[in-house]
Amino acid sequence: MKRRSLFLFSAMVFGFAFLYIPIVSLIVYSFNKSKLVTVWAGFSTQWYGALLENDQILQAAWISLRIATLNATVAVALGTIAGFVLARFRRFRGRTLFTGMVTAPLVMPEVITGLSLLLLFVAMEAAIGWPSGRGFTTITIAHITFSMAYVAVIVQSRLSDMDESIEEAALDLGARPLKIFFLITLPIIAPALVAGWLLAFTLSLDDLVIASFVSGPGSSTLPMVIFSKVRLGVSPEINALATILVGLVAIGTVIAGIVMARKQKTRERDMQLAAADK
Amino acid sequence: MPSFTSFSTFEPWKDPGQTPYVRLERVTKKFGDFVAVNDVSLDIYRQELFCLLGASGCGKSTLLRMLAGFEEPTSGRILIDGMDMADTPPYERPVNMMFQSYALFPHMTVTQNVAFGLKQEKLSRSDIRSRVKEMLELVKLDRFAERKPHQLSGGQRQRVALARSLIKRPKLLLLDEPLAALDKKLREHTQFELMNIQEQLGVTFIVVTHDQQEAMTLATRIGVMDEGYIAQVGTPTEIYEFPASRFVADFIGSVNIFEGSITEDEPDHVTIRMRDQEADIYVDHGVNAPPDARVWAAVRPEKIHITRNRPEQSANVIEGTVKEVAYMGDFSIYLVGLEGDRTIRVTQPNLRRGDPERITWDEHVFLHWLPSSIVVLTE
Amino acid sequence: MTTRGIPAFTRRVTDQAETLVKKVGGGSLRESLRRRGRAVRTLGRGFVISLPYAWLLAFFLVPFIIVLKIALSEADIAQPPYTPLWEWVEGQYLNIKINLGNFAFLIQDSLYLNAYLNSVKVALISTVICLIIGYPMAYGIARARPAKRTILLMLVILPFWTSFLIRVYAWIGILKNNGLINNLLMWLGVIDSPIVMLQTDFAVYLGIVYSYLPFMILPLYANLEKLDETLLEAAYDLGCRPATAFIRVTLPLSMPGIIAGSMLVFIPAVGEFVIPALLGAPDTLMIGRILWDEFFGNRDWPVASAVAIALLLLLVIPIVFFQHTQARSGEAES
Repeated sequence: MKRRSLFLFSAMVFGFAFLYIPIVSLIVYSFNKSKLVTVWAGFSTQWYGALLENDQILQAAWISLRIATLNATVAVALGTIAGFVLARFRRFRGRTLFTGMVTAPLVMPEVITGLSLLLLFVAMEAAIGWPSGRGFTTITIAHITFSMAYVAVIVQSRLSDMDESIEEAALDLGARPLKIFFLITLPIIAPALVAGWLLAFTLSLDDLVIASFVSGPGSSTLPMVIFSKVRLGVSPEINALATILVGLVAIGTVIAGIVMARKQKTRERDMQLAAADK
Repeated sequence: MPSFTSFSTFEPWKDPGQTPYVRLERVTKKFGDFVAVNDVSLDIYRQELFCLLGASGCGKSTLLRMLAGFEEPTSGRILIDGMDMADTPPYERPVNMMFQSYALFPHMTVTQNVAFGLKQEKLSRSDIRSRVKEMLELVKLDRFAERKPHQLSGGQRQRVALARSLIKRPKLLLLDEPLAALDKKLREHTQFELMNIQEQLGVTFIVVTHDQQEAMTLATRIGVMDEGYIAQVGTPTEIYEFPASRFVADFIGSVNIFEGSITEDEPDHVTIRMRDQEADIYVDHGVNAPPDARVWAAVRPEKIHITRNRPEQSANVIEGTVKEVAYMGDFSIYLVGLEGDRTIRVTQPNLRRGDPERITWDEHVFLHWLPSSIVVLTE
Repeated sequence: MTTRGIPAFTRRVTDQAETLVKKVGGGSLRESLRRRGRAVRTLGRGFVISLPYAWLLAFFLVPFIIVLKIALSEADIAQPPYTPLWEWVEGQYLNIKINLGNFAFLIQDSLYLNAYLNSVKVALISTVICLIIGYPMAYGIARARPAKRTILLMLVILPFWTSFLIRVYAWIGILKNNGLINNLLMWLGVIDSPIVMLQTDFAVYLGIVYSYLPFMILPLYANLEKLDETLLEAAYDLGCRPATAFIRVTLPLSMPGIIAGSMLVFIPAVGEFVIPALLGAPDTLMIGRILWDEFFGNRDWPVASAVAIALLLLLVIPIVFFQHTQARSGEAES
């Protein structure tokens, strides 16, 4: 038994080191005075200042944030419906195709989705005049399409775990299906929706390939700007940006972890309370 | 509506003038090739506490769900209060259901859970408040009104589920294994509470259960189900003492069954020669069976006397050796081995405290019973 | 009357009509009302299904058809840069030009074939490496005590939420000639001149394994966490040694997780672009990069489309397999 846990332990240490050394290196080098990034020349926070003055990056960040927010919100709406349909509607015409279309974006290589959506937009513009030119709208539509798949899978999984007899009880007590969805189902699966929103937000903020295909002049997203910079080699401002992003994600994850741990504690306390008095 | 004071006068199924409140007409339910409910016809009357009893998978829950409206029958009709329930969704039926898992809304308090049904009826706020209060007092949960389900014990959650389903004053309440999740002591207590509430409110209950003891305690009538069809419908006494088939006889309680053929067939008595034993069974009533038919004689363990000395009667006696004795406190179980590997189960009440003459292992004994204790079964 | 009011109004009318009819006792009218209620419910369901369905048809399925259409056309100096598939000639002749030349081109030019094969090879090897690294990690997390487990999970999820692009970029800084590893090794005196690690196949493997590792760990963890430990205890009780118990009990039961993780890594990795672009050599043949270059570099939309269609055909079997296993595990749970 001891030997097994030693093997596991070392595997985990190696694995986590592997995951985190690059991230840590990014952070460390962001404080490197040297422009060469990896040749240490002293401690400095100048690159953070340079970052804040880099209009190109800031503008791209702003565009990306707006796209990500809009995308996440619409994707949650559509994805929740799709997930609900998959979980609750057992049989309907075209269900196989629907399931296929909902789960395919999860694994589809981005170059294919990017190319196909661009060709669609071009054809649409030629046929009906919309969308006129590519940019914010087309990127958002593209992002919604794949984000929705992730949300649908999360929602479907949560709904399958949920006790369906709760919804049946509500039906039995006189409520109609639509009302039940908003009064009963939605509040119960709310955490899954939040997770879906955050996931869609992150995916959108991080997408390079699809955005590259479907964007237009003046609508460069943050990943596109980063990519064009790092193609040429390392860039210290990118390190600074990376550190900020990692910091934000870390704070978010820690807060989420604390909140969930606290909820778990109150829940356990409540159950003990219930068992105590009959 | 007749109010009754004792069970013995409540027998609406015998009254030709009474129309059943629930009528199932040749109801069948198929899931693909699997037949869950097979051509079931049943009449249930107002204010009955009807139990559907059967093992897991026998179709009783499917039947209940069809009554509630969560499944549609593949063929056949369901009528409640004279109205055909086809195409009627659950929220339009005059029926309420109590779920096995209780299905309480986890994000609502006890009050909100119980009030939910009334809110759908668009009653005024004050009406809802007073009725909820009344109901919570009835199930003794008024102290816990603002708690959420995860803050309640299993027994408390069950009472919330009951309150929630009764508050709409349904004429028919369906209960799916209502006591299955409770521990033994609580179960007994709740059984009587359920019966009281049912009598008090005058609601018709249909209870699905796999627990025989529960069915025997609660029911005005029991419907025994097996693999999708109804084996027998009757009062607890009828089911126990007058089973219609070997399946029912064996399903309820324990029974000893002897196979044999009729040697004497008279209107007032019948003699059966046992196939495996050198003995005769004398039954004190006539039996509807074709001559030389193969029949089964069933006798319950508590109806068999076990003695050391040969009794005076000539029929209804067999000899054997005591193989096992189990002392259960209020009664003892004897497993008596007969010739040819057959074992008979006998139970006797322990009438004398610390009886020094009690029968014990390996003793040679005689088993005998009264002619009226036999039920003759033809299937 | 608002649009929201209409269904409520219809319902009220139907309800009142039904009560009236019940009183009067008309059977057939009640039946037709019930049938109408059923029709309304079916209609409602249809509407709900149609919302995401329509979106996906329009923005997921139709684009593939358009890609196919363009793959069958010819590159042209025009806006958009391809010839139309059909055109009316002299007002009555419908001229349909299907150009199979793009696909022929793909087959003839060994570049593309090699690129496909190489992409599959790289993706396959990366998947296996991810499995080898990821399985023990997932197993370790699943076996950990609940308190530690949450922390470990958070540690796995954190890189997953961090920008993919940035994490790949990090490797540039580590692998380059005056990057972290080379600097460290030269400082330690282990080597005299830098080892070339960037712009190599090695870097591409490293990048793919690194980026997709969470996608392997999370499904594996989800599966292993649900594993009933008493099954292993029963195996030990019956005389099974730990290693054998692992192979005969744990491994088969974790197969759904292995398959899910492998598909989530393999399929997108075949068409991966960013990692070969940033970490690979200019002649590292990966099909994602070829597609990008055809499209952005050569502006040859038809060939790029043909490449995409061929890639799709290549991946259709794994994709369908993935969806099939997902559906089956979903059924098993319900």
